[in-house]
Amino acid sequence: MPHTLRLLPLALACTLLSTSAMAAEPTGTLKKIRDSGTIVLGHRDSAIPFAYLAGGKQPVGYSLDLAQHVVDAVKKELNMPNLKVRYNMVTGQTRIPLLQNGTVDIECGATTNNVERQRQVDFSVGIFEIGTRLLVKKDSGIKDFADLKGKNVVVSAGTTGERLMRIMNANQKLGMNIVAAKDNGESFLMLESGRVAAFMTDDAMLYGERAKARNPAEWVVVGKPQSSEIYGCMMRKGDAPFKALVDKAIVNTYKSGQINAIYDKWFMRPIPPKNLNLGFPMSPEFKALIAKPSDKPAAS
Amino acid sequence: MNYNWDWNIFFKSTGIGNEIYLDWYITGLGWTLALALAAWLVALLLGGLLGVMRTLPNKWLSGIATCYVELFRNVPLLVQLFIWYFVVPDYLPESVQIWFKQDLNPAVSAYISVVVCLGLFTAARVCEQVRTGIQALPKGQSNAAQAVGFTVAQSYRYVLLPQAFRVVIPPLTSEFLNVFKNSSVASLIGLMEILAQAKQTAEFSANIFEAFTLATLIYFTLNMSIMKVMSIVEKRVRIPGLMVEGGK
Amino acid sequence: MDFSQIIPALPDLMDGMWLTLKLMVMAVVGGVVLGTVLALLRLSSNPVLSGLAKAYVNIFRSVPLLLVIIWFYLAVPMLLNWITGEFVAVGAFTSCLVAFMMFEAAYYCEIVRAGIQSIAKGQVNAAYALGMTYGQAMRLVVLPQAFRKMMPLLLQQSIILFQDTSLVYAVGLMDFLSSARSRGDILGLPHEFLLFAGLIYFVVSFAASRGVKHLQKRLAV
Repeated sequence: MPHTLRLLPLALACTLLSTSAMAAEPTGTLKKIRDSGTIVLGHRDSAIPFAYLAGGKQPVGYSLDLAQHVVDAVKKELNMPNLKVRYNMVTGQTRIPLLQNGTVDIECGATTNNVERQRQVDFSVGIFEIGTRLLVKKDSGIKDFADLKGKNVVVSAGTTGERLMRIMNANQKLGMNIVAAKDNGESFLMLESGRVAAFMTDDAMLYGERAKARNPAEWVVVGKPQSSEIYGCMMRKGDAPFKALVDKAIVNTYKSGQINAIYDKWFMRPIPPKNLNLGFPMSPEFKALIAKPSDKPAAS
Repeated sequence: MNYNWDWNIFFKSTGIGNEIYLDWYITGLGWTLALALAAWLVALLLGGLLGVMRTLPNKWLSGIATCYVELFRNVPLLVQLFIWYFVVPDYLPESVQIWFKQDLNPAVSAYISVVVCLGLFTAARVCEQVRTGIQALPKGQSNAAQAVGFTVAQSYRYVLLPQAFRVVIPPLTSEFLNVFKNSSVASLIGLMEILAQAKQTAEFSANIFEAFTLATLIYFTLNMSIMKVMSIVEKRVRIPGLMVEGGK
Repeated sequence: MDFSQIIPALPDLMDGMWLTLKLMVMAVVGGVVLGTVLALLRLSSNPVLSGLAKAYVNIFRSVPLLLVIIWFYLAVPMLLNWITGEFVAVGAFTSCLVAFMMFEAAYYCEIVRAGIQSIAKGQVNAAYALGMTYGQAMRLVVLPQAFRKMMPLLLQQSIILFQDTSLVYAVGLMDFLSSARSRGDILGLPHEFLLFAGLIYFVVSFAASRGVKHLQKRLAV
């Protein structure tokens, strides 16, 4: 930790310097990227349609398309057109430690920007806005969270959904049996095989999981959104020059309207590997976020 | 690095009800003990039976035991666990399936899967230890038993097994320790044993080092205490003058 | 059950198997080397060195491999960072490799120690009588014989290691099991891919353990 203390004033100084027209020596993450000639992108493997493996080693998804814009900006900033991109898979539980320990440089997946995480990392401007809801079988009779009393419910370990569900269960004495599966893929497997009555997580991802089902028409997303959450790309804490660069790259896609094409590609058109259409139109909340980008957690 | 050390984290509230993080570890320890003890019981009974079968003169019986050992020893524990947990329940009869998947608390159905998996997996290892133990006895022992007119069953019951039992205690102790360590795979199917609780603590509090350090200490203490107890047991049942210098 | 989808996925699964084998071979080599060093330390007459080696073995043998993997995955890069003050890029593969090497070394150490102890004391004395140093006696006389004796045990432990590599699933490294799970998940055929993975593990381990048995017979002259 003494090293950070030493670096901190330096980082601040560089931020100040870079605002003056001088081309400053890069620091922190940018220096690491320049020295290694590689930027490491952290990604999820089954967060459909944000970041997932559709076949082959290269992950795809909405968040990764946005990350590509960040990569382009880094290339330009460092003047390294041949910058290599390395993909490193992370899980809900490893994404923060791996970022802190330098294994990945930036994580663009489906990570909620919240106060607890902000103690450990910095977030970019919001890249998506979701509500936490339920995926259930159409004929299950479950319409909302109150119907879950005494039922088995699955959440993905390390997600906001898990936290919310455990708190709700304790506070409202719902007597639910909560299972924490390893990731969304495993959670959906629990639901599909009939071991749980509902799967709680972010609505956009519930649509993604539904698209993967043997018979998507059997499943519906229900329930009043429990919280409104904003996703962001995560970066190491206190690296102002890198964060400024990432924010600018993302905001540029908002200003230029490129975001609409990216959104359509992943939410309104058939996506791999099964060529199903999520049919999830852009919410007014997300439209507001695009009009007014912010790196704050959602107000709820 | 921007890491906020906080060793008091275990006494802080988890934000869920009135729980503190330490409560999670206590629950986790309970699951780990319940898993390991039940799986060990299964492994000891089945493994003992299979071990005897492998030494029997009957080709069929020893053949079945050999196949069992080969099958369960050559597939990774994690793959076996996924099969027991995800695949097998789908092929149970309809009514059992509904009971197992929907009526049971999911923690209980996961518990059953892990106990079966770990029990059968360890049985293959116990079987090999028991077989080695029986075969390590001097040939004269079974010959003598036959000479005094014992049947096969009698010679096992009165001559071979009582001696073999004592010989296999040291290797079985290490298998017993393995059951404890292997029970940590349960965390990968969401059963909240020690390792899973540590992971959850790490995620909720973002204090990963403290969270995993406590888990490591718990495993270490468990292991050391079992070794202590077993070395006392071993000393008490050792047959003076009968080969092997058990343990250290 | 629909196993037909496995065929188009074979290239991905092969990549996973390749990673599994690479991890195994490198971990075996590193583990045996480190394990031999530990065994020599344990047998040394210096109580501090043998005590350290003993503590190492005890610690690694009393915690689950899964926990060791998670520790190394999360902690090693951070420690390096604290020590050097730089971000050292350590991938999941390297973390897991180090974890396996260090963990398995504790087990290999015990095998090698038993192997060295099985060599008659007279041989070492004879080597000294010929004027060999400790290093020469070990390298030229004791270890070659010890390794020949313990080869079957070392190989058996390595087959266990081959199966244990599947635990990297926990940290998302795309080994054979993870790639089978991942493909099965995306294609909605989790059972088929899992059973297929189990079959392949079985075939490889079974064939290898048969090979070891064969070798054991040949070595036991």
